[in-house]
Amino acid sequence: MATKAQARETGERLLGAFLRAGAVEVTPDMLQPAGTLLDLYGEDIRARAYVTSDPLRGEMMLRPDFTVPVVEAQMAEGAEPARYCYMGEVFRRQDHRGAARASEYLQAGYEVFDRTDPVTADAEVFSLFARLLAHLRLKATIGDIGILRAAVDGIDTIAPRKAALARHIWRPRRFHRLMTRYAGLEPVPPHRAALLAGEAANGAPWIGLRGPAEMRARIEVLRQDAEAAPIPAEVVAQFDALFSLACPAHEAPARLRALSMPALNMAIDRLERRLAAMAARSIDTSDLMFEASHGRTSMEYYDGFVFTFSAADPALPPIASGGRYDALTRQLGGGREIPAVGGVIRPGVVADLEAGA
Amino acid sequence: MTIKLGVPSKGRLMEKTFDWFAGRGVTLKRTGSEREYAGAVEGADGIELVLLSAGEIPRELASGRIHLGVTGSDLVRDKLADWQGQVAELAPMGFGHADLIIAVPACWADVETLEDLDAVAHAFRETHGHRLRIATKYHRLVREFLTREGVADWQLVDSQGATEGTVKNLTAEAIADITSSGETLRANHLKILSDGMIHQSQATLFAARAADWTEGRDCLAALTAQLGLPEPELR
Repeated sequence: MATKAQARETGERLLGAFLRAGAVEVTPDMLQPAGTLLDLYGEDIRARAYVTSDPLRGEMMLRPDFTVPVVEAQMAEGAEPARYCYMGEVFRRQDHRGAARASEYLQAGYEVFDRTDPVTADAEVFSLFARLLAHLRLKATIGDIGILRAAVDGIDTIAPRKAALARHIWRPRRFHRLMTRYAGLEPVPPHRAALLAGEAANGAPWIGLRGPAEMRARIEVLRQDAEAAPIPAEVVAQFDALFSLACPAHEAPARLRALSMPALNMAIDRLERRLAAMAARSIDTSDLMFEASHGRTSMEYYDGFVFTFSAADPALPPIASGGRYDALTRQLGGGREIPAVGGVIRPGVVADLEAGA
Repeated sequence: MTIKLGVPSKGRLMEKTFDWFAGRGVTLKRTGSEREYAGAVEGADGIELVLLSAGEIPRELASGRIHLGVTGSDLVRDKLADWQGQVAELAPMGFGHADLIIAVPACWADVETLEDLDAVAHAFRETHGHRLRIATKYHRLVREFLTREGVADWQLVDSQGATEGTVKNLTAEAIADITSSGETLRANHLKILSDGMIHQSQATLFAARAADWTEGRDCLAALTAQLGLPEPELR
């Protein structure tokens, strides 16, 4: 294992490279208000972050990542376009033991806020990381949540179903269940049939903050859902094929077109332009894996291009990861938004690999 | 060298634990005055009885201060991170049954399943500006369950008692709590989700992996043989 000093030295080296690439260094506080993070990530983050309390500022978290404070700073005052970098500790609670599960480690990161040409920005971040990590001969995997969102948006069905599926792209199990239900492959539960037949009144007194009008609105949605045509079985099969697609990146556009999902066309064009922009920066896209489901089980804020660099040893955590998070800037921007892409490298793991190499 | 057996210090859980061991030829009893938490073991050598609050037994097992302990399987799963790495489950004991469930207002005619809860949580967040609140003291179990099931837009609020009242008091929209008969739920106008069973708990005999077993192996082997249990793998 690399010592802390070695990890920090590696981090400084990476930070220097990010600065030379044109980024401005930012140094967010270690203590972050818990409210913002909880609102964004939900209870998941409470399980993964150290929560502490401040007598005046209330519940605080030891920063679990830099993305949120960097985005907040950019949305509050940032010039455009902007490139930021940072290096410092992040803290993650670990519920399971294992060498790969450090509860405190360094992250060095690079984030680009630029609305001129998103695919070029994607390629810029990826190729910068690829160059800095080239000597470690890592396996790189890319994906694109935008393709999955386009696929959901293209289903010929009612809007509430599409919204429910889009909301669960990051929860594969719930997504699958909903899809099965909408395709009519699972019977409507008896309670719902009774509800729609108007037989569900149980005489219970109304309690709680959720009001009767909210229930009536939901029943209306369920009624609409019951009357909608099922999603055809071939669409379900297309989604299964899409989610399981994994191939060398340069083959991905053709393989995606072969799924015959016209709704994907624009997203596939974008993927092609991104791959071309990467190739123009000396990335060999045949040496890169494309996985359509990549990023589906990681944090929900990635909504476009996603990437990971990992070592051959499966016990090691990803050495670097990142992606596009346009929607996050909208959520934190209070009415403003800007396309954003970035990623982080773990200097400690880089130092380990360099020591072993 | 003796090994320490922690059992609940009072109430039905203690009595049932004593009965369970007695039925297998091991007599546990309290000694001294009524109020003194001291005990004795007959019928098995090298076992020291330690009387503890059931809620503290998971922590004592995790630290290895006791070798064996009787407590609810729900408490071990909720209080110990990576519980299987910390304790070995020797025997479910067949009493102290309680179900950890999710319950919502009975007036919510449109909610019977987790799928309904998830959809309602989404709409609730849009309408009220905060996530749907679930009151519980079983934070780990509930969080892991809802995450595994892919339910979104909820948050947990801590409730250490009278959890069934939180919905009426407007401090939560739903609850996750243990129930045996469901009567308290009904009295508070709540109903259980049909697929909201998080854990079926019962009193269970656990062994601590972190305890010092170097000299206690023989005692453990003799005790498990006496109780009719296989000898556990503790490493």
